[in-house]
Amino acid sequence: MSFTIKKESDVVVVDVEGQLIVGNRQELKQKVLDELERGGRKFLIDFSQTGYIDSSGLGVLVSLSKKIREQGGELRLANLNDDLKTLFELTKLDTLFQIADTRERALQSF
Amino acid sequence: MIADISPDQHRLIELDIPNDVRFIERVVERVQRECRDLQFAQRQVMLNVPVALTEALSNAILRGNADDPTKTVHVRALVDSSRLVIEVRDQGTGFDIDACTVDVSTETLEREDGRGLFLMRKLMDRVECVATGPGSTVRLILNRA
Repeated sequence: MSFTIKKESDVVVVDVEGQLIVGNRQELKQKVLDELERGGRKFLIDFSQTGYIDSSGLGVLVSLSKKIREQGGELRLANLNDDLKTLFELTKLDTLFQIADTRERALQSF
Repeated sequence: MIADISPDQHRLIELDIPNDVRFIERVVERVQRECRDLQFAQRQVMLNVPVALTEALSNAILRGNADDPTKTVHVRALVDSSRLVIEVRDQGTGFDIDACTVDVSTETLEREDGRGLFLMRKLMDRVECVATGPGSTVRLILNRA
């Protein structure tokens, strides 16, 4: 499991490879906060290579979304598979995040 | 072609893991493999089992055992042609799992924690929390779809 961060235009794009769970959530949080500190304001997390997410992983997404908004930025999500969509719907987090079907659509939406 | 599973076919996993969240994925992968072999539905293998088991294990490690590296967590998973029963036992003094839980609603949407038990209950057919003294056991039951 790993996180890859790259810039696409002025959007910070994070790829989550593997699981986003209690054992690695802090790593994701720190990487995104570092980018926020460096001035990034538009963030996209791409889940096309993600297995599953637990409540800690969901919690980190909520926390990051809040912190980014406090700095005048925005966090958007893309490429949730059907299982991950179910998870967001169960927890009602699909109402908190702007979720795009593809990375391209998410990038265009900023 | 999907092979038939005989009703008496079953797999048992029983192990003790160090009290460290880095061991969670290995346990989850083993249980997922057995469920896949016994032809549980893809969604159960990829969503219900891994998420609910991860929640039970992280609760045991971080709350039950209070993140104490000298403790261990015992896992027993029995998979057969009709259901999966997982028991996760910690070595703590007991904790109120309901107290660590919030109702998922628009008011609590922006809370960072508190969704663990909620997800276990949504993703499993049954969740039981029993004081086994010493320690607590969470039992997860999922009927094969």
